[in-house]
Amino acid sequence: MNFEFTEEHLMIRDAARDFAQRELLPGVIERDDKAIYPTEQVKKLAELGFLGMLVGSKYDGGGMDTISYVLAMEEISKVDSSVAVIMSVNNSLVCWGVEKYGTEEQKEKYLKPMARGEKIGAFLLSEPEAGSDATSQRTTAIDMGDHYLVNGTKNWITNGKSASTYIVFAQTHKELKHRGINALIVEADTEGISVGPHENKMGMRASDTHSVMFNNVKVPKENRLGEEGFGFKLAMKSLEGGRIGIASQALGIASGAYELALKYAQERKAFGKEIINHQVIAFKLADMAVEIEAARYFCLKAAWLKDQGKPYGHASAMAKLYAAETAMKVTTEAVQIHGGYGYVKEYHVERLMREAKLTQIYEGTSEIQKIVISRGLMD
Amino acid sequence: MKILVCISNVPDTTTKVKFKEDNTLLDDSGIQWIINPWDELALTRALELKEDAGNSVNEVCVINVGGSLTEATLRKALAIGADKAIRIDACPSDAYHVAGQIAEYLKENVYDLIFSGIESSDYNGSSVGAMLAEFMNYSGISSVTNVNLDDDIVVSRAIPGGKQMIKTETPFVAIVQKGIAKEPRIPSMRGIMMARKKPLEVIPAAELPVLTQTVKFELPQAKGTCKMIDPEHVEQLVELLKNEAKVL
Ligand SMILES: Cc1cc2nc3c(=O)[nH]c(=O)nc-3n(C[C@H](O)[C@H](O)[C@H](O)COP(=O)(O)OP(=O)(O)OC[C@H]3O[C@@H](n4cnc5c(N)ncnc54)[C@H](O)[C@@H]3O)c2cc1C
Repeated sequence: MNFEFTEEHLMIRDAARDFAQRELLPGVIERDDKAIYPTEQVKKLAELGFLGMLVGSKYDGGGMDTISYVLAMEEISKVDSSVAVIMSVNNSLVCWGVEKYGTEEQKEKYLKPMARGEKIGAFLLSEPEAGSDATSQRTTAIDMGDHYLVNGTKNWITNGKSASTYIVFAQTHKELKHRGINALIVEADTEGISVGPHENKMGMRASDTHSVMFNNVKVPKENRLGEEGFGFKLAMKSLEGGRIGIASQALGIASGAYELALKYAQERKAFGKEIINHQVIAFKLADMAVEIEAARYFCLKAAWLKDQGKPYGHASAMAKLYAAETAMKVTTEAVQIHGGYGYVKEYHVERLMREAKLTQIYEGTSEIQKIVISRGLMD
Repeated sequence: MKILVCISNVPDTTTKVKFKEDNTLLDDSGIQWIINPWDELALTRALELKEDAGNSVNEVCVINVGGSLTEATLRKALAIGADKAIRIDACPSDAYHVAGQIAEYLKENVYDLIFSGIESSDYNGSSVGAMLAEFMNYSGISSVTNVNLDDDIVVSRAIPGGKQMIKTETPFVAIVQKGIAKEPRIPSMRGIMMARKKPLEVIPAAELPVLTQTVKFELPQAKGTCKMIDPEHVEQLVELLKNEAKVL
């Protein structure tokens, strides 16, 4: 057992922290308020290699381990989760699957530009009527011999508009149920694809969430990812890793709010003393610190298992559940500690609270994590 | 052309400074170390000069006089883009000692341009660069805000109310001021990965005398609490200034 980070881990954490403070903090409130996509910030994120940090150097990625990824996601999410989710989806939901299951041609053509961050990826699983129950895919991919013909609608797609490369899940053999689902790599500018309007969200308003419609879209056969019928399994495996990213995002949201609350409590005075010297406030901060530390261990444990090549699905579900619930609790308390000031945008904590809510919903709701965890108990 | 950048390893600027051993030594427990901010900007400028294809700069090396603790800082310099790093294994006792060690290295290894920060954010001695130029008999230009390596080598320096441009020849020491580069670089993932393979050479210290010794450090007195006096009661203020602060 060793609780030390390596020098390199710390260097990556500091690089992410410097980037977040220097490039993300200025303008984060306005980007969220007006739902402005962080074009410039994503470009710089790509230049620093964060968008493909988990991809091996052979495919132009950063070749970093998952522990580094947790540290970087935490630092970026402390400041701007709209940017963090773009990084998380690209790294762990899109690049990971192509690197692990793609052919050499697919990696050359699609993985490399995404690992360099020149192109962005999106993961198209959810549908208007298939959210938690991702098995009930209505989008179809009919086998036409040399290509698949794709029809249907995908909902809530992060990077929906900014992405050039989609991984689309669609039903090819309805009779086989989820075993008939395929995963296809689809270029976003293929004829027949249209993107719906930007969703007007509660939080992470600067990330571009859209529905994406497919109308007789031809996808070459060689763009299938993995074996015939492997799509659903790929989606679940991708989400196992994705959840480490979202758990780390939730951890960052919580620790960002906590740091602001701790500072504020030492400055704000009421009844003749700094509010941190009122025990109720001090104890709130103590509870926050304990839960954040526990969430951090969950995230790091799941990351460590993944880096060791051990099964990590159970651990990543625990991390995602615990970190998301912690983020919600901690951000709510951070607003409370700020009093009226916490309720206005200038102080950041209300935004963090809105962002926290999403971590309980996407990449599997907290309820779904409990299903995954409880099933794991019986294995 | 080869550039050498002197790197001082200093406590993060937000460190709460404490001393030990009867206030003669910095208590370094829990300190986070960083590249001295001026040196980090000098390194950034050195890398810009190397990347500018019009120049003939083909190597940027960083050098530090310090114990093994400073290697993390040197590796960060490598991740930012330096080609190699040298650590002279000695405790950096004072400016004379540090400049002397680097000069010994320079006598064996030729560099055309040597960058040093105008000061370091720990002990603020502001002497290493100038002493190094003196030891080597190189020109030393202080308060440098730009170095241009086009046909002529022109160095700009900040002077009160304006700028001075100086033409010089290599080798020389540029003692840099903030402004030498816009902002320090953040190491990229690729840079961090490449740093694993770059050389970090540790060389033994030269036998040089240490001429000074710190007798004691003192922290500034903690600020007293602020007393608020009602504007209606000016006489209270006068009374306090007279009898408590004893300034009247
Ligand atoms: C901003 C945003 C970005 C997103 N990005 C993406 C993306 O990039 N790609 C993508 O594919 N999807 C994305 N999603 C979709 C997200 O993953 C789904 O919203 C989520 O899985 C929940 O599905 P749903 O919205 O259909 O809710 P439902 O599945 O309808 O759930 C409604 C409620 O019922 C509960 N519930 C459902 N089933 C059970 C059960 N068996 N037991 C107990 N409770 C249950 C849920 O926990 C929830 O509380 C995104 C969503 C949002 C809001």
